[in-house]
Amino acid sequence: MLYREAGQFITHYRADQRLFRLRQDRIGFYLLLASAFVLVPYCGNDYWFSAILIPFLVLSLAGMGLNFLTGYAGQLSLGSAAFMAVGAFSAYNFNLRVEGLPFLLSILLGGVVAGLTGVIFGLPSLKIKGFYVLVSTLAAQFFVQWVFTNFAWFSNDSSSGVITAPPLDVFGLDLSSPAGRYLLTLTIVTALGLLAANIVRSELGRNWMAVRDMDTAAAVIGIAIPKTKLLAFAISSFYLGIAGSLWAFTYLGTVEPHGFDINRSFQILFIIIIGGMGSILGNFLGAAFIVLFPVLMSHIANGLLVGVMDSGHLENFQKIVFGMLIIGFLIKEPNGLASIWQTFTQQLRVWPLRYWSH
Amino acid sequence: MKVNINKCAGLVLALNLALVATSPNARADGEQYFPLQSYRIGPYAAGGSGFFGGFIDYLQYVNLKEGGVNNVKLTWSECETEYVVEKGVECYERLKHGLNGAPAAATNPLSVGIAYATLDRSTADKLPLITINHGRTDSTDGSVFPYIFPLQLNPYSEVSAIINYIGTESGGLEKLKGKKIVTLYHGSPYGKETNGILELLAKKYGFKLTLLEVPHPGNEQQSQWLNIRRIKPDWVILRGWGVMNPVALKTAQKTGFPADHIIGNIWSNSEDDAAPAGNAAKGFISITTHPSGTNFPVLQDIDKYVIKASKGNLEDAKRFGTVYYNLGVVNGILNVEAVRVAQEKYGKRPLTGEEVRWGFEHIHLDDKRLAELGALGLVQPLKLTCSDHEGGGAVRFQQWDGSKWNVISDWVQADRDLLRPIIEESSHKYAKEKGITPRDCSKES
Repeated sequence: MLYREAGQFITHYRADQRLFRLRQDRIGFYLLLASAFVLVPYCGNDYWFSAILIPFLVLSLAGMGLNFLTGYAGQLSLGSAAFMAVGAFSAYNFNLRVEGLPFLLSILLGGVVAGLTGVIFGLPSLKIKGFYVLVSTLAAQFFVQWVFTNFAWFSNDSSSGVITAPPLDVFGLDLSSPAGRYLLTLTIVTALGLLAANIVRSELGRNWMAVRDMDTAAAVIGIAIPKTKLLAFAISSFYLGIAGSLWAFTYLGTVEPHGFDINRSFQILFIIIIGGMGSILGNFLGAAFIVLFPVLMSHIANGLLVGVMDSGHLENFQKIVFGMLIIGFLIKEPNGLASIWQTFTQQLRVWPLRYWSH
Repeated sequence: MKVNINKCAGLVLALNLALVATSPNARADGEQYFPLQSYRIGPYAAGGSGFFGGFIDYLQYVNLKEGGVNNVKLTWSECETEYVVEKGVECYERLKHGLNGAPAAATNPLSVGIAYATLDRSTADKLPLITINHGRTDSTDGSVFPYIFPLQLNPYSEVSAIINYIGTESGGLEKLKGKKIVTLYHGSPYGKETNGILELLAKKYGFKLTLLEVPHPGNEQQSQWLNIRRIKPDWVILRGWGVMNPVALKTAQKTGFPADHIIGNIWSNSEDDAAPAGNAAKGFISITTHPSGTNFPVLQDIDKYVIKASKGNLEDAKRFGTVYYNLGVVNGILNVEAVRVAQEKYGKRPLTGEEVRWGFEHIHLDDKRLAELGALGLVQPLKLTCSDHEGGGAVRFQQWDGSKWNVISDWVQADRDLLRPIIEESSHKYAKEKGITPRDCSKES
């Protein structure tokens, strides 16, 4: 009923290539964007911006980065946090050392440096496959952290190796308030998200999927494997680098190399596993699950159980519940939350009937 | 928080459910609130549960004995951070607006990482950020960091006091010339913070310094200690954290280095650092800003009013009077004193963070006031000002006898006049980077 496609005919190639072919999907997407850009800044408060929405958006972006590499191109990686660190520290140094460089441009340059680093650590993937690529990215994870901890130049000789956010001026606007930081993050994530949705539908995205599904077959039909793999590393790391800058500058306002340790890499990997490999929407769902759920549970637990249970036990109890939920979800739907959403919309399209009529 | 959300209550109803659940109905007007970003699970739970146990017990004690500060009751709530920066930030944002109308006084995250991440926020929200015995050294300069307080002892003072002690032990600072000192430090921002200042002191006094890094977490130190055996230093300064400390002591014993020439820093000084090393820790010296033990009137009182009334916060009653617990009590004393000082200026009512900050900047604890508080010998004399947010800069030395710490020195002062220009250089660099105009402290009342 809601999802009636009757009367929607595609008459142009351009219409066929749209991101959302169904009118209902398009309207839904525009409404979502409008509420994110207008309604949320109007309704939200500091807590929602600083503690929930910004990390949610940044982690979604990071998930997107890893999803290119793992979900689309099929290369396993445990170095996501390292590329985030490269992005953050490069952006910081560009901003500090180049007089008058606009803030957005330094973030972009940080992403480029991260992308190049990604290519270097992606080189071994030309010779080795599968789990062994994981080891190369693991090397990136430890090497990058070591470099930033041991060479004080990167943190401008800060005695503790911590970098702090430059003033958040974009085109003369001061965006340092929580709502401003949210809008800045949202704008960047929306732009990169739309770009991502188009990349994965382009020739490059299709090449990635061909390499993922069977690289010999891909080579046989004439796909240049080295170029495809290295581009996956480059673009993935570029996204992660930007996410790293946002994490450091719009979310925390400060970061030390230790903040990008292997646990962060695992967190991003879990986001794409729970959200859905090879899906753009999945990154947002996965990040929402990882960020929102523990917070929600801790609010509920604090409201209902405080005083009843020791606060340390309460925290452990939440971890158990969260872990069980993850296991439950993955048993029910191993392809992630995006797949649940897809099944749901498919059913909505035929509702109130039960099956497609062929 | 509630007011803001109610603007669009209908739209965020689902999200609101969780928040409604957290707001007990009782209004708490007329109370002063302490938001506690505590950590009781995770790798650093020993420190967190001891510190926050002591802190909460002291607040409880002020309520039970005196009915609060000038009849303004103290209230608090906890939010678990696990020592993780993002969780600390979430907790900060969750708690900063106070509780049921009671305004927040100050935040005390007891974590360098969380302190760094909430530094700008605290300044913007006008809520004091207390980093007792740790934190960012240059935040001592209150003209650039108006809301940040590394109370009692910043990392530079800590090192300077250790060198002064070694000097005294050697028969005068001039005798340091030619001595060999090794610093074994944790491979983290915290561990590295003092390397520069140690090199400066080595140049000034002419001792030979070797810096050895122990990679995190520090459970393998064989090569470092073999190195130490080769160097044959007169003293080893242990700048450790967590598991690194007992491992250092055990490995020292194996390589034959005497424990009584190892000096632990402020995060290598608890019972939890020495006791696991067993016999190897006997004779180990460390610094402390406060002795452990229960022999102080204030701790006796806490025992009487809080613990005996089964209102204590500690799960394990044996930890009463340990280093971490007493640090929590000291922190409680300083926070409550700031509220009290500020009340004299602003009136006997719940205060905003900005008002409490004025209180912190005017804390003046001399021996007379400390005796009134029952904390003589537990807290060092302390005078804070607009430009000096540290105040003390003195430590005492204690020695582990195999089962407990015994204080073996009087207060040893850091060479703060030497450190001040270095701190100011660093804080001004920060001010320039962030575009901050420092306050003029001569105009502050």
